[in-house]
Amino acid sequence: NHKTLETSWLAFLASDVHPPHDWSSISWWSEVQMGPPDPILGVSEAYKRDTNPKKINLGVGAYRDDQGKPYVLSCVRKAEAQIAAKKLDKEYLAIGGLGDFTKACAKLALGDDNEVIKSGRNITVQTISGTGSLRIGANFLSRFHTEARDVYLPKPSWGNHTPIFRDAGMQLKAYTYYDPKTCGFDFQGALNDISKIPEKSVIMLHACAHNPTGVDPRPEQWKEIADLVKKRNLLVFFDMAYQGFASGDIDRDAWAVRYFIEQGHNIVLSQSFAKNMGLYGERVGGFTVVCKDAEEAKRVESQLKILIRPIYSNPPMNGARIAATILNTPDLYKEWLGEVHGMANRIITMRELLVANLKKEGSTRNWKHVIDQIGMFCFTGLKPEQVERLTKEFSVYMTKDGRISMAGVTSGNVGYLAQGIHAVTK
Amino acid sequence: MSIFAEVPQAPPVAVFKLTADFREDTHAQKVNLGVGAYRTDDCLPWVLPVVKKVEQMIVEDNSLNHEYLPILGLPELRSAASKVALGDDSPAIKDGRVGAVQALGGTGALRIGAEFLRRWYNGTNNTATPVYVSAPTWENHNAVFSDAGFKDIRPYHYWDGEKKGLDVTGIMDDLENAPEHSIFVLHACAHNPTGTDPTPDEWKTISEVMKRRKLFVFFDSAYQGFASGSLDKDAWAIRYFVSEGFELLCAQSFSKNFGLYNERVGNLTVVAQDKDNLARVLSQMEKIVRTTWSNPPSQGARIVAITLNNPDLFIEWKGNVKTMADRVLLMRDQLKAKLIALGTPGTWDHITQQIGMFSFTGLNPKQVQYMIKEKHVYLMASGRINMCGLTSKNIDYVAESIHETVSKEVTSHWTGSDITVGLPVERKRCVARRSWGEIFTFISFSDSLKMEKSCCFLSW
Repeated sequence: NHKTLETSWLAFLASDVHPPHDWSSISWWSEVQMGPPDPILGVSEAYKRDTNPKKINLGVGAYRDDQGKPYVLSCVRKAEAQIAAKKLDKEYLAIGGLGDFTKACAKLALGDDNEVIKSGRNITVQTISGTGSLRIGANFLSRFHTEARDVYLPKPSWGNHTPIFRDAGMQLKAYTYYDPKTCGFDFQGALNDISKIPEKSVIMLHACAHNPTGVDPRPEQWKEIADLVKKRNLLVFFDMAYQGFASGDIDRDAWAVRYFIEQGHNIVLSQSFAKNMGLYGERVGGFTVVCKDAEEAKRVESQLKILIRPIYSNPPMNGARIAATILNTPDLYKEWLGEVHGMANRIITMRELLVANLKKEGSTRNWKHVIDQIGMFCFTGLKPEQVERLTKEFSVYMTKDGRISMAGVTSGNVGYLAQGIHAVTK
Repeated sequence: MSIFAEVPQAPPVAVFKLTADFREDTHAQKVNLGVGAYRTDDCLPWVLPVVKKVEQMIVEDNSLNHEYLPILGLPELRSAASKVALGDDSPAIKDGRVGAVQALGGTGALRIGAEFLRRWYNGTNNTATPVYVSAPTWENHNAVFSDAGFKDIRPYHYWDGEKKGLDVTGIMDDLENAPEHSIFVLHACAHNPTGTDPTPDEWKTISEVMKRRKLFVFFDSAYQGFASGSLDKDAWAIRYFVSEGFELLCAQSFSKNFGLYNERVGNLTVVAQDKDNLARVLSQMEKIVRTTWSNPPSQGARIVAITLNNPDLFIEWKGNVKTMADRVLLMRDQLKAKLIALGTPGTWDHITQQIGMFSFTGLNPKQVQYMIKEKHVYLMASGRINMCGLTSKNIDYVAESIHETVSKEVTSHWTGSDITVGLPVERKRCVARRSWGEIFTFISFSDSLKMEKSCCFLSW
């Protein structure tokens, strides 16, 4: 009969499908499960609900000034004023985004004089901040890098990496990265694991200020990794969300990316301007593919557009305009470098203050890693039970893995924070 | 050997290629009737006065910063946008069973909706659920649903090329014969590209059949206010379906009616049976958003939210929208009048019967080529023109060009090589497979589209 034919035809078309639902129930959605709250953003929600005046939010990686307030960069305000004065129209951007932005974005990452840019063998598209960039990259690899479906993430990695790649149709694997014993980099462990990764697999590397651990390889370690990755013939996917934010120096933070390219790796790269320009909600990012030559870059570009168009057609203008203005106006660029340096410095100072205060509290634990780690995040080494206590008893909000956002630490709350950490770890 | 050595060159997106070609053309009288963006009578983009006002307010508000929006977007935008679609006094909103996801333009709203449906509708991960898009439809509909994972995307009859109007019988046949639970993408008003909408009575019949056949309603609402000049009139179909008890999705765009094209402001309105179902649906949409763009851009959302939530600004906005709609209506009247005055062969009633930004002229691909190459009037290969590209200064030239084109013995036989974008012709039923680099193209509209012909097409 017709229904049987239809059902078997459907089954034939999509063999991994579940049989259609029995629609005697009223709503289409009765079988839809409640999704679990996002672990990272869920922390901020819980923080908002807390009425304790001493509460501290060390959850989301958004920069705060020493008063604990969001910080709109001065160069951003100036750029906005300049843009407003120009009275521009609101016509659609190209699918690949604002040209002034994408060119400057690539130069920022690769360096002004990079041979890749000069030869036109990179394609850089504007994306919806870092997430959008990673997703476009994941979709692109899923569609065109068909020899290998596996993406190797460092253990641990940013929580959202896994679902992004999974939703794009890739498979997730991991390589050793963090050493919980030292709260540092497990270099040998990483090399061991990387040496076993099958050829052509994708390996994700955090360019600087590893999220969530704050643990970065040293330059000589990067060199060995680059060597090994080349031997294994792996496709390198760099995630650079904190350029400038880690050391305070734009070039220093991009060193690994530039080194790999120099060594002949044709990488793919995600960049975010959420943190280093404080443009979080404007969604400014870039995705770059370093190709063999300009001809290949053109082909790759055409396919990226085909991927982007059915997601959001073309990217938002506002943030890209701001970023482009800053990057392309010498005075603003200089001011920006200073402000990024300032933000990074405040973080470094807070790290030192936290350790000093912990010592003052009488803690005998080794807190050296708090200072050795770099960037917005610190992997404290706290266990989930200790984190829970810290949240329940002290209203200190952080993720269960022991990660704290140093940006949430201020000279005003660092003493209280040290008290709490000491209390749960003594 | 580069890993990307085998990546094929993809064809350019037709509508943007047309504008690129237009830009390179040096002819003094060139006219661009391609991309769907509003133009003033001086053929310039128009930033709405109310938008300028609100942007100034935002600039002067030092309490505002650039922090992340919530994953689902700016709450004030989501609720106000849903109200615009469903009406202030919507019982569904009062019942708390309406929610929304702020998205990147109408495209983003469609994509989030499509991803959600693929994962959670008609079973879980049921990629075989048929998705019906109108013949023709906005070219990107196909790719949105296909990239969201649906394997069976089909056209439903819509445009009758012979009578230059709605193929009502065709629509009803397709609705009756569609497998139960199929998804139908309906244009809420100002159908793109034909400008031809069902009448209220026709919508009622469509609704009846869809309810009986258990078909899923997914509205695409990109032109509310822009079509007739009235927000309420343009939302009539959506509101009717909601009042008939449908659980539905409605992808809204504020690109055109706010002129905020490049700020990417959209909203996916979700109407569910009750609060509980709504909550679960939104929680799953949140997960989809998180791996797509994490959270949406704030600038455009603020502009729209402030405007919609302020009574005076709301009135001012409605006035701006009416200004745009009225200019389009004027151009329609004038184009038709001039064609008639010139004695152009054929009937031209459809120019004023159609609604919204676009008009399906009825010109066939060969005639379109002539218009572009010989007259430097740029329009889509489907014969679609953007009325906004017409101005009091160029309308005579355009009318004369159409007259000349139609009067000549330009044959309607079409070959693939005539299409400027050089797409391969694929006359395969667009089900199951999709191979990259192969794009389905459309067939001439002077032939009436028959399902037995088994052509699947993208119109633009």
